[in-house]
Amino acid sequence: SRKKNKRIYFDEYDMFVEHRCSDFGMDSSKNKYPGDSVVTGRGRINGRLAYVFSQDFTVFGGSLSGAHAQKICKVMDQAAMVGAPVIGLNDSGGARIQEGVESLAGYADIFLDTSYLFITGPDVVKSVTNEDVTQEQLGGAKTHTSVSGVAHRAFENDIDALLNLREFFNYLPLSNRDPAPVRECHDPSDRLVPELDMLVPIESTKAYDMLDIIHSIADEREFFEIMPSYARNIVVGFARMNGRTVGIVGNQPKVASGCLDINSSVKGARFVRFCDAFNIPLITFVDVPGFLPGTAQEYGGIIRHGAKLLFAFAEATVPKITIITRKAYGGAYDVMSSKHLRGDANYAWPTAEVAVMGAKGAVQIIFRGKEADAEAEYVDKFANPFPAAMRGFVDDIIQPSTTRVRICHDLDVLASKTQSSPWKKHANIPL
Amino acid sequence: MESSGSQCVKQDCPFQWQSVFTTKVQYQSKNLCFVHLSRFLLFFSLQTFEKLLIANRGEIACRVIKTCKKMGIKTVAIHSDVDANAVHVKMADEAVCVGPAPTSKSYLNMDAIMEVIKKTRAQAVHPGYGFLSENKEFARRLASEGVTFIGPDTHAIQAMGDKIESKLLAKNAKVNTIPGFDGVVKDADEAVRIAREIGYPVMIKASAGGGGKGMRIAWDDEETREGFRFSSQEAASSFGDDRLLIEKFIDNPRHIEIQVLADKHGNALWLNERECSIQRRNQKVVEEAPSTFLDPETRRAMGEQAVALAKAVKYSSAGTVEFLVDSSKNFYFLEMNTRLQVEHPVTECITGLDLVQEMIRVAKGYPLRHKQADIPINGWAVECRVYAEDPYKSFGLPSIGKLSQYQEPLHVPSVRVDSGIQQGSDISIYYDPMISKLITYGSNRAEALKRMEEALDNYVIRGVAHNISLLREVIIHPRFVQGDISTKFLPEVYPDGFKGHKLTDLERRELLATAASLYVAEQLRSQRFLGTPRIPIAKSKQSSWELSVRLGDGIYPVAVSKDGSSFSVEVDGMKLNVTSEWNLASPLLSVTIDGTQRTIQRLSRNASGDTSIQFLGTVYKLQILTKVAAELSKYMPEKAAEDTSSILRSPMPGAVVAVSVKPGDMVSEGQEICVIEAMKMQNSMIAAKTGKVKAVHCKAGDTVGEGDLLVELE
Repeated sequence: SRKKNKRIYFDEYDMFVEHRCSDFGMDSSKNKYPGDSVVTGRGRINGRLAYVFSQDFTVFGGSLSGAHAQKICKVMDQAAMVGAPVIGLNDSGGARIQEGVESLAGYADIFLDTSYLFITGPDVVKSVTNEDVTQEQLGGAKTHTSVSGVAHRAFENDIDALLNLREFFNYLPLSNRDPAPVRECHDPSDRLVPELDMLVPIESTKAYDMLDIIHSIADEREFFEIMPSYARNIVVGFARMNGRTVGIVGNQPKVASGCLDINSSVKGARFVRFCDAFNIPLITFVDVPGFLPGTAQEYGGIIRHGAKLLFAFAEATVPKITIITRKAYGGAYDVMSSKHLRGDANYAWPTAEVAVMGAKGAVQIIFRGKEADAEAEYVDKFANPFPAAMRGFVDDIIQPSTTRVRICHDLDVLASKTQSSPWKKHANIPL
Repeated sequence: MESSGSQCVKQDCPFQWQSVFTTKVQYQSKNLCFVHLSRFLLFFSLQTFEKLLIANRGEIACRVIKTCKKMGIKTVAIHSDVDANAVHVKMADEAVCVGPAPTSKSYLNMDAIMEVIKKTRAQAVHPGYGFLSENKEFARRLASEGVTFIGPDTHAIQAMGDKIESKLLAKNAKVNTIPGFDGVVKDADEAVRIAREIGYPVMIKASAGGGGKGMRIAWDDEETREGFRFSSQEAASSFGDDRLLIEKFIDNPRHIEIQVLADKHGNALWLNERECSIQRRNQKVVEEAPSTFLDPETRRAMGEQAVALAKAVKYSSAGTVEFLVDSSKNFYFLEMNTRLQVEHPVTECITGLDLVQEMIRVAKGYPLRHKQADIPINGWAVECRVYAEDPYKSFGLPSIGKLSQYQEPLHVPSVRVDSGIQQGSDISIYYDPMISKLITYGSNRAEALKRMEEALDNYVIRGVAHNISLLREVIIHPRFVQGDISTKFLPEVYPDGFKGHKLTDLERRELLATAASLYVAEQLRSQRFLGTPRIPIAKSKQSSWELSVRLGDGIYPVAVSKDGSSFSVEVDGMKLNVTSEWNLASPLLSVTIDGTQRTIQRLSRNASGDTSIQFLGTVYKLQILTKVAAELSKYMPEKAAEDTSSILRSPMPGAVVAVSVKPGDMVSEGQEICVIEAMKMQNSMIAAKTGKVKAVHCKAGDTVGEGDLLVELE
């Protein structure tokens, strides 16, 4: 990457920096490498400025020296000053993960099969907890993208990761001082999506794929999903609507009926806050039967973690558009970007059921099984969007095929939305 | 008719669909319009039924409803619960659910259907094809309730439904049947005498042997003697039954059928033939009318025999008499279908008749309104059956899924699409996987085929596998174009199975150039942002790109340079100019490559450079990288390939019928492991090697998707 190609505009920094260590023969000239174990600089991706640091494993295993750290800090400082993102490529035996940087550093990419990430390695684990575990099991790509939720996406190899990173980069503003980018769009904003009129199954217990809705509504069916293998009962990711980047959150009825649990709440909350931090409007598709019951969830603190998602949606001041496709039950309804959390446009499809809970459960509680016809009555009363619409909890009941048109119009109008929260040093999200 | 169309821009199907079909049908002359006006008046002067129930689903139900609407008849659709959102349900005036998804509980559920008829007060029932269309019990029950069955009466259904009886009836009506002898043959001399009587070539086999088992073909006396020896031995030893079957062997048979139309007053017409020789597993794939093979005399002879048979069974309604035709134009009766055929649209296109309308009229008791001399052959019509199936697996294994994108090629002139699905529809395992019937029409065969090619290229079907690639290859194959076809066409032309279109060198360059241009168009679009961010976007001055495109086993360097609105692409030492509007959201992309217009479809792309493009009907997978990225790819670790011999994956979506192994069992190579049923087929999954079963991931009753892991061996 140091090679200067006529067409690759990369301005490298600190090429002459060397490490300053003198112990163990490190000061001999054959142990000095110009630039040390990291490459830093700036360049453009599709014409847009980005700073980059890339740890170089071929120099002392990419290990973090004082000079190395100094180089990284230099690009970070400058990036923060001008308001441009930093992209970090970590390949180091002893790297500390750099966090809390302007933009991209939060989204670490790790590569399939060849990458491992852990606090303590398998040997230490064995001696402390007597667990037998391989590097791959402990901190491989699969572990971090599907079990721990540490990594957001895994890719085949370095090149694949970089190509996908370029794609992802195009969705984001350069800093939190820029609005969400609007790219040239060939997909008509008034395109009707007729298949949505029959997508939600008639039986409310039958699953469907929320990704079908997202793909059919988004520009050119493109959706950059974040954490696709972790907490799959919630779907989050980026798409464009009439060219403008939006963040999409949707319950996934295909996985665990789309219920909210600890992991999906935290996954959703993190994503919502990311979008809010970077001025990316939020579109939320709701089909949620409630929070997952059980001791595992309660002991794990589902109340605390579910509150994170509630807090994130309530706190977000970006345009918020919500579509209830089917179930919106109980507390989970409130959490999912409801009107009560300052939603800007809240719609319901005719298949929507906004209620405290499902008819069966409700009738059992109200009548203790003594009333046979009550279930039908409850369904009549609440398994439809009208009670919520009459109270203004949803702004309109819309034909599903017009959803894309409505969202595009709303986003146009909401582009100038300003909303402020009372002054505070920082919000107090229930961590 | 053709000659009078001189002042018209397009020569189009004379078939009268303008109000019901969205095809752009235009009329050819003013005097024709007059004819249509008089027919139009006729609609209103004839009362048929007030309300009609369609005991079917899918495209044929929609097809019948269209004609009913034209005739002012109210329609009742029936449906299973999974079909509640189906197109035929939406089109009908009323729709009633008759049961759950399995056909035995819904579309074949006579009790439920009779109940609906009573409830909705439908006066007549059109059965479509399949399901209850040739069920005499259903016809009988309708008759006893005083409801009209749109079809022949029970007697004809019964007579033609029985193979032996129908043959006997045909013989008596002087219809050519396959000459043959079934009984004990004394010796070789007698066998020769019988064979000579029948005429060579003959087929000899043991009567008791089923199908083509132990069948021998004899072309002369010598071979007959030999055939007698083997077959009689086999008859005695294998079956303990001395009887032999000696029958005329139909060499290179074609499947040609005659459409007949008869009324309840003893009148019958033949509406010319349909050529249905392109088949796979005895299922028709491409049909046309007329046939390239028949001369007017043969056509007349076949037509007259078909009518004779219809009259012999007092047939009324539309029916089809199927014949096998050998290479010397001898034809032999096969069977008669007492219903509307799937491929009836090609007959409608060349004759201008609406068969469903005629069926309804006849059922009401009206006499036929045409004379044999009124039945024309106008132009040529071709029908392709578009199936949701993977043509690369035995010419078509069913595929299921949701039609994520679906767009019929109705903007192509002279195209008729009979379908019962729409964007978002599910193709489920419960029913026939047919997506639609695509019919094109032209003043001659070449024109009809050219339009078919264009229509297939402009057909957008996403979300399920489909057989467009096979259909397109068939209709452009030199043998098909010359009319040199038989029922063995597919296995003969593709002895190793269908593998998709084989690109010529030029076509490959065109594909590479198009793919590379699309890639660059996408790259350029990625730089076009609206609005002004605080840090200005640097305008790229790049005007040339060096790419590396992987297609199949080859990696091709491709150089693209922007040349105004088009791209100049260098590939394999050849320069091609590629022009298009580059609308990256459109499912269809019209591209002009060095003056040749092609309609291509980009099915997918991702950031990793993977692109799949439908080009000349076949989907090609490509990977496009910049030259720099491709060079660096060499340093990337290779991924270990999965050992496919020790795992068994489902080749198609379906239901697991039986699992015959459990973990720990030893299996030998070729042993059946489980059975998957999809649509009407049961598929036996066998072990690819000998070994111990490590894990079983399915059980009987499970539904599995394509590629799902079924069983692992150690």
